[in-house]
Amino acid sequence: MINYEPNTPNLSDANHNILEVKNVSMYYGSFRAVKDLNLKIQPNKITAIIGPSGCGKSTVLRAFNRMNDFVRGYHLEGEICFHNQNLYAPEVDPVQVRKMIGMVFQKPNPFPKSIYENVAWGARINGIPGNMDDIVEQTLRQAALWDEVKDDLRKSALALSGGQQQRLCIARALAVKPEIILMDEPCSALDPIATLKIEDLMRELSVNYTIIIVTHNMQQAARASDYTAFFTMDPDRAGVMVEFDTTTNIFTNPHDKRTEDYISGRFG
Amino acid sequence: MEHEISKHLVRQTAPVVTSSQEALASKLRMRFRPGETLIMGFLFVCGAISIATTLGIVFELTKESLLFFGKPEVKLIDFLTKTTWQPSIGNFGVLPLVTATAMTTFFAMLISLPLGLSAAIYLSEYASQKARGILKPVLEILAGIPTVVYGYFALTFMTPLLRLILGKENVQIYNTLSAGLVMGIMILPLVCSMSEDALSAVPRSLREAAYGLGATRLETAVRVVVPAAFSGIIAAFIIGISRAVGETMIVAVAAGSGPNFTFNPLKAAETMTGYIARISGGDLAYDTPDYNSIFAIGLMLFVITLSLNILSRRLVSRFREVYE
Repeated sequence: MINYEPNTPNLSDANHNILEVKNVSMYYGSFRAVKDLNLKIQPNKITAIIGPSGCGKSTVLRAFNRMNDFVRGYHLEGEICFHNQNLYAPEVDPVQVRKMIGMVFQKPNPFPKSIYENVAWGARINGIPGNMDDIVEQTLRQAALWDEVKDDLRKSALALSGGQQQRLCIARALAVKPEIILMDEPCSALDPIATLKIEDLMRELSVNYTIIIVTHNMQQAARASDYTAFFTMDPDRAGVMVEFDTTTNIFTNPHDKRTEDYISGRFG
Repeated sequence: MEHEISKHLVRQTAPVVTSSQEALASKLRMRFRPGETLIMGFLFVCGAISIATTLGIVFELTKESLLFFGKPEVKLIDFLTKTTWQPSIGNFGVLPLVTATAMTTFFAMLISLPLGLSAAIYLSEYASQKARGILKPVLEILAGIPTVVYGYFALTFMTPLLRLILGKENVQIYNTLSAGLVMGIMILPLVCSMSEDALSAVPRSLREAAYGLGATRLETAVRVVVPAAFSGIIAAFIIGISRAVGETMIVAVAAGSGPNFTFNPLKAAETMTGYIARISGGDLAYDTPDYNSIFAIGLMLFVITLSLNILSRRLVSRFREVYE
């Protein structure tokens, strides 16, 4: 069992990493998609994962809340620890993991229900206490969407624009009260203005949440993140992490030649 | 002289332009593609045949039914409200046949809707590749069994079983419950495979959204996937009902022969289709009440299934949860 209660400050304050990846390799069947990964995620920071296509960024992100479990033939070696609890220990229930580590996907994927129902859905199935109207309003405010939709809560979420839909998906994830929010290229389907709104929102959310974002967009990583992990592909096509540092260091003073080539646009 | 020169020049240049333009124009010219025309014609004929057949059936049913309703002794109000059906001696109340059809259909749906939908949810949301590889062909075999076999299955297996459970004195040899239950088994693969198609068409991203919020497989299936596929599932249900209303062989064999106005499913009663099958199977003189009545009942069946289809279209557009 995970010895952790949501919203207990003593653990968050404790002197350890919220997420720690220890010697992790991931496989699809016999193909090794990610190898020998070690990574420590800081709480209440935004960590960006960047790298060329096929380097395993999304695979790594989805490993954090065990979304890869649905992929046939996938398995993971090593440990991913959440407050020192191995998420891949046999007794851990992946459903419980996903309640604490939420996710926002590449393409906005609201349920074909009303705006209100979209936000309330996760809170309801997880038995989040409190008045549902209040929860919906509060999370929509947190997601900077309230003012735009407060008069249309009963309208279909699919009537919203792409950027609004994505903020709704963020609100929906927040309503479950996770500790970490994983974002898998959340702006890749959005226009530049909607993208900036999401980035501002991430900054505000990082006060209360730990955010890990995969992005193809290096400017986005540079603008919006505190830490950056650069991944690339080895000659055997396995994804490896080249460098992990503060975003400032990665973009101004990279240690590895491959990072430098990538961020200066010479590769990828 | 100048004139000559210019003429000469024109002659030299102009034909070049013309010929290249002509070549382009002829390249772009509309082609005659006999294969395309042939296929188009063939496909149109295929569509037209099915429409023509439907129109022909409606015409024939209406024509013969009008003969029936045109008789002085037949009154539409009696036909729809009286509870005795004996056309040869002048009792034209269709209700006994309708209640029998309603009962067999009800029991068929009682079996096929929950089981069909559950099986569809299992196949689309839970089953491993291997389990699905075994289950789907088995279900398809179930769909391929001739209905007369189901009829005798009802008569020689389901009825004795019911008599064993509920008591011989309570259950007649022919009864609508047994026919209805077996009909439900027959319709199950249809409901299941149509529902499964609807469920599988729900995009993976919606399931991921639900899982990402900490939903279990059951919560995802019941609260996201099924509502998103609702219109398709309704369509499956309505087609299942139409199938049950129109099913003939099982009820002809196992439900009873002889109209009986009863709501007791353990008693014999003849359905609309069963009546048509029995009457048309015997010696039948043209333009007798018996003969004409089967067309009236056929028309009524047609109206019922048509209204069900229209209802299903309404429901589908009403409850559609569009996911792009």
